[in-house]
Order: sequence, then C-alpha cells, then structure tokens
Amino acid sequence: MALPTEVILLQRFGLGPRPGDLARLAGRVDGALAGEVVAGRPVPVPAELPDSAAVAEELREGLARWDEDRMRGRNPARRLFQREVRARGAAALAAGTGFAERLVWFWSNHFCVSVAKNRLVRTLAGAFEREAIRPHVFGRFADMLAAAETHPAMLIYLDNRMSIGPGSRAGIRTGRGLNENLAREILELHTLGVGGGYAQSDVAALAAVLTGWTVAGPKGGKGEPGSAIFDSARHEPGAKAVLGRTYPDDGPGQLGAVLRDLATHPSTALFVATKLARHFVADVPPPSLVDALARRFDETGGDLAAVSLALLDAPEARAPDRGKVRSPQEFLFASLRLLGDGAGDPGEIAGSLRALGQPMWEPPGPNGFPDLAGHWLSPEGIEARMETALALAGRTDGPEPADLLSEAFGGGASEATAKAVRRAESRGQAIALLLMSPEFQRR
Amino acid sequence: MGDCTLLTPTRRAILGATGALFAWSFIPRVASAAGARDARFLTVVLRGGLDGLSAVAPVADPDYTALREGIALAAEGEHAGHALDGFFVLHPAMPNLARLYRAGQATIVHAVATGYRERSHFDGQDVLESGQPRPGLVGSGWVNRLASVLEPMDRVSPRGVLGVGQIPPLIVRGPAPVLGWAPQVLPDADDDFTARLHDLYAGTDPMFAEALGRHLETERIAASGPATKRRNGFTEAAAGAARLVAADDGPRLAALALDGFDTHANEGGANGRLAKLLGTLDEGIGVLEAGLGARWRDTAILFVTEFGRTARVNGTVGTDHGTATVAMLVGGAVNGGRVLADWPGLRAADLHEGRDLRPTADLRAVAKGIAADLFEVSEARLGDEVFPGTAGLAPYRDLVAPAA
Repeated sequence: MALPTEVILLQRFGLGPRPGDLARLAGRVDGALAGEVVAGRPVPVPAELPDSAAVAEELREGLARWDEDRMRGRNPARRLFQREVRARGAAALAAGTGFAERLVWFWSNHFCVSVAKNRLVRTLAGAFEREAIRPHVFGRFADMLAAAETHPAMLIYLDNRMSIGPGSRAGIRTGRGLNENLAREILELHTLGVGGGYAQSDVAALAAVLTGWTVAGPKGGKGEPGSAIFDSARHEPGAKAVLGRTYPDDGPGQLGAVLRDLATHPSTALFVATKLARHFVADVPPPSLVDALARRFDETGGDLAAVSLALLDAPEARAPDRGKVRSPQEFLFASLRLLGDGAGDPGEIAGSLRALGQPMWEPPGPNGFPDLAGHWLSPEGIEARMETALALAGRTDGPEPADLLSEAFGGGASEATAKAVRRAESRGQAIALLLMSPEFQRR
Repeated sequence: MGDCTLLTPTRRAILGATGALFAWSFIPRVASAAGARDARFLTVVLRGGLDGLSAVAPVADPDYTALREGIALAAEGEHAGHALDGFFVLHPAMPNLARLYRAGQATIVHAVATGYRERSHFDGQDVLESGQPRPGLVGSGWVNRLASVLEPMDRVSPRGVLGVGQIPPLIVRGPAPVLGWAPQVLPDADDDFTARLHDLYAGTDPMFAEALGRHLETERIAASGPATKRRNGFTEAAAGAARLVAADDGPRLAALALDGFDTHANEGGANGRLAKLLGTLDEGIGVLEAGLGARWRDTAILFVTEFGRTARVNGTVGTDHGTATVAMLVGGAVNGGRVLADWPGLRAADLHEGRDLRPTADLRAVAKGIAADLFEVSEARLGDEVFPGTAGLAPYRDLVAPAA
C-alpha cells in the first residue's frame, strides 16, 4: 500500500506526525498546514528570551565572571547557546504540523550565520533567528532581508562590522577600507543568486553602501552595546550605483533603498522560488513549480505568506514521489515527535545534530547546509543515522512497534517495512528499523 | 558541543555529560546480615531467541547432526566444542564458560523454557521478563518483585535493583527502587541490524541500499586492518554492572541484556554469526568474573532468553523461532560442573509441534530455585509474588552451592 497523501504532506511540509496526529487531522491535513500560514504573524519560540543586545550583555557579564575562575563553571557562550537550542527544540516538538517551523528552518538556512565564527555569533545565533527570521516568515521578504542584513549576528558573521568607507572620516583617519564579504553574499546568496545579473562593480558599490553598519561596542558610546548601529563616521559618503540605479546618500536609508530593490528583483524571485521548491519538493525541482512560486513572489511583491500558500497549493507538491531525503534535523525531530520523546535536552539535540552532520546554526559556509539527498546519504551519514535510531529506540519505553507504524504511516508502510518491523528481534530493534525505513527517511 | 551526548549517535562519543552514574533513585542501606552469604544475583537477558542446540550442543544425540546440517558442532575435529559431560559440548566460542564449568562454577540447564508457547519476540520477552503466565502483564518484572520480597526480610537487607541500559529492561522495573546505569559507549549498529536494514533497502530503495552498502564496505576494510578491536557495549555494560554490584553498599540484584540472537540466516557453526555473539557473551562473563572480584564467590549469574530455535536448520542456514533452549548459570556461588537435562530427544516424534526442542524444565522453576537457595525466600512468596501463579511449580533446588 502506498503512503496516504496526508502522510506525505505532513512529512514533506511538516515535522512529521506525533502519535494521534494522523487520526486527529484525518481529512484536514491541507487545512492544518495552510492554517499555520497567517499573513504577517510571527512564528515565535515558546520561551521568553532576551533580545540580542541583552544576550550580548549576558555574554559579557558571564565572560567577566568566567575568566576569573576559568576552571569552574560553564562557558557562558555555550550556556547561552544551549538556551537558544532548547527554545528552538521546544518549538519543533510543540509545533502542530510544523510547516511554519520548517519555513523558519528554511529561511534561517537561507540567511545563515555560523556559530563557528566566534563566541559572540555562537551566543547571538538564536536571537538572530528570533529577531530577523521568525517575525517575517509570513511577512515580506524585503523585511526579512533588511532585518537579517542589519542584525548584529550577520554584521559580525560576514565581517561588515569591520568594513569602513575609505572616504569616510574613520577611513581617512585610519587608512582602512572596505570589506566586500557581506555585499557579495547578499547578492550571490541572499537575493539575486549567482548568475542573477550583477557584476563586481555592484559588489563594490553595495559594500560601500553597507559601510557604517556595525555593532556597538561595549562602551556604548554609539549605541546600546551589542546592538546594530549605523555609524556615519564609517559610512562611505556619496551616491552609489547598484545594478544600474543610483542611490543618493541619505545615510542609513541608502541600504534600505538598495535592499528594497534587490528584494523585488526578478532574479531574486526566481532564486528564492528555486530554493523553496528544491527544499520542500525535489532536489531537481519541477520548472513548473519554480515558475509558479516565482510568479507568486513577483505579483505579491515578495509576500511570503502568499508564496508559502502557493507552495502548498501546487499540484507538484502533492506528487507521490519522495525523492527528498530528510535532513538530519528533520530526521531527529520527526523521530522525537513520533516517539513522544519530550526530552528536548539542548545538549542532546546539539550533540546529535553534530554527529549527524548538521550542527545547529553551524553550516559549512554562508551558503548554508546543502539541500540534496546525495549530500546526506554518505556512508558516514547513514551510519550516524543508524546509531541515532538505535539510541532513540533504546531509550524508548512502551510504544508497540505496530502502533508506531500506523501512527507514522497511517497503514501505508510498505510490506517490506512492515515485515522488518514485525520480525525484529526486540521492540527496540523494531523501532530503530522503523526510523531507518525509506518511508521515514524520505519525504 | 563535545560535552553533550546522551543521544550522540557515534561510538566515538560518550553518554551523558559525566558519563557515569545517573538516577541514583535508591541508596541502599548497609547490609546487616549476620553470618550467611551476602549474595549477588545477576540476570542477563539474551534477546532474539538463543539457539540452545548450538550453544550447548547434544552431540551424542543420534539425530542432532542430521538436523543441523551445515551448523552442527561435534565432540572432536574441526567443529569441536568444549567437552562437558560426554553428551553435550559447549560452543567453542565460550572458553571462559568452559573453564568455569570445569572449576565447578557453571551449570547448564537444558531443554528449558518459560511458560510461553507462541513465537513472538515481543511477547516472549514480556513473559520472560515479567515472570507472568502470559503476555500483556507488563507492570513489573520478576527481578524487581524479588527485590520487593527481599526488602523487609532480615536475612538480606534491601539494596534495590540495578538495571543496565538507557531504559532499564522490564525485568527490573516495578515497585522496588531501580538504580539505572548505562555504559558510556552507545551500541554500534550490529551486524544483525545492518543486515536487516540492508534487506529492507534492497527491496525498496536502491539509493539507501547503495549508501548502506558503501558504509558496510568501509567498515569491512577498516575491520581488516590491524588492531581494530571495536569497543564492545556488552563488555562495558558487564564491567559497569560488576563494579556496582561488587560494592559493599551496591545493589544485590541486577539485570542487563545482550541483543542479536535472532539467527534466522547464516547462523554459522563453530565460526560465524552465533559464534561471534557467544564470544561476546563469553567475554562478558570474564569481565563480570574479574569485576566482581572477591564477591564472585557469593554471586550467581543467570543467562536467559525468550525462547529457543527450531531443531532443524532452515533454508538459509539459520534457525527459526522455537521453544526450549538452555539457561546458563555461572558464578562462585553456583553448584556447577553439571548439565541438567531431562533430555527429550530430537526424533521427529520427540519435538514440540514437530519442530522445536520440547521443554522438560521450566525456566521459572530455575529462577525460583536460585532465589530460594541464595536468599532463602519462601516457596509461597516465590509462587505468589515473584512468579505469580506458579505455586504448583517447585523451585529447582541445589543450583546454588551451600554457603561456605
């Protein structure tokens, strides 16, 4: 028997069913997925956490204390990081279908920062997602773009903090100059995409536009320590031409104007549509789906609620082919949800994701984690998945494998999978086989 | 985050931030028993259905060799086991058990089974561990109920029950306090698991099959190199259990488990898949003996499984789910050097339902006998509380030697 469409949709667009979900949502999975899309509504974590500046302050205080007695106590950066991991994990375990949360993960990976950069980014990565991504998942792409590029975590991660206009007062005084890193990644990775129609001169011009955007230092002379500020003393003065359009210099507003145009550029629509279709539907996305999403993005001026609904509505999105392999974090949280494993211990989550090859907020580069089955299906990848499945199953107490099979697949598991589960030599082995089955590993 | 790993799924990682003890839900009182033995009783659950006819092979039974074509052991020659009593040989992969047998510290009970007569692993393990007459009664395990019975007795003070594993096995769960402990090493995906998964992928998903195949090939190459002894979860579990149980204030009752005995295919004879498992088990016996140190002389360790396997080898050089099998008992407190069997024979007419070794001993009687001898628990309480509904089943006595 084939997997029921409702199971396919919950796996493809959500975080996978918890026990009871399939029965509860029977006949209305479409509505439940679409119901998570509410224009303009943020997707919060179920915890009250401080904003970036306050988190940065906690880090400073923690480091001051920690340095005095380095051999005892916990690394404050790690402690603050784990607080964010806990909140993120709780959001995934508590989510209804998980579509909104999956979109958060998608956009967070699109505008990724990496905690490997330094202690401050490790501490701020969670706040970055909470402040720059979650409020805009069902808002406007332009707003998410602006929030992401001017967030302290991004300004640090892609080195804009250090970038100084050579003609600015600070530039003239210090002799220092531009850093093009953030400008290049905005064009290449966040908006137009490589081949999206920009030249090196556009990178340099955008880098000049970005000068002045930095992070307030601990003394607080230019703003709340740890917050993003526009420091006019570092800003390269004058008008700049990006993609053939000249932007007059009005200080911080210059970046806003450029980003607004980038956000609605046709190349951006196509790039974002391709990535969404590749992430949710197929490694090689159907051109018809990409076109439909790009069109929706264009005609709504980058309304992400509208684009998200268009994704759910597309006929290609309901296709029975399940060519996508669940990413490690999708696999881990789908497993935890199915097993009713509410542990959500941040150390476990972070440790597991690292072992599985997708460490939390730590992609290999600014292009984020890849979105292709071949990347995850390495020999080491499958070994780590087996060991995760065995570890999860080994500490699962109670559920009958046969019950889990129907909770996960609604009676649609293949005969081979059902047989492997039925014939396992122990409940633990049965559950581990279920978690490793193609029906569970793919979506 | 290198320090956080309860779940970290790699054998290079460790379990738990400190990796050692957790869930000290019960701190035992110090023993006050006067004079008599301060005994330890460990139970090792062998999951999957141990093939008793290969672990302790009846080589002198005239029907044995023919039934076991391709996997039979022999009294001598290439497939020779360790000599026991002339009728049975012990699997050659178990030199520690053979040594203990010769030293009078190991006893085999053969043709033994629980009261369960169906062939489901899950139900069979439930019955084995719950000590109940039928599946579905899984509120507590018999080792735990034995602890509850011992607790108010003067002769042996309460020490709780040790359950090894991330989730204590059913056999130790229940009203009496449970001390949980898990080794630092997570279990590897063993050969049996990967073989099952490979079968599943082979029929359903070529891409996953290929990835798993490449992983197994990598493992094979790695294993053929020098000094590649893999860390072994069971011996680590055994070492941890021994250390805890040996402590003066440690738990007197403990249980651990070893998986993988569901040898449907390529079971092997003197070498092969079962041999590897029994080798691991035997290594664990050595680790328990060493780890228990001076306590070894007061210890009995019982190895049990949910059921045996078919008498006849199947079409894939393995054996399918059966009925009677062996129970093995080792330890310094054991009245050893004996194979105890009311041998039912292996002629077609002798077999249970025409296919399985017929049970002639009840595993519950064996466990009751050990509890009675080691801890002086009354027959009535054993029959009512520890193994409910077995009042008419006499404990199998004298498996334990009298205290010195």
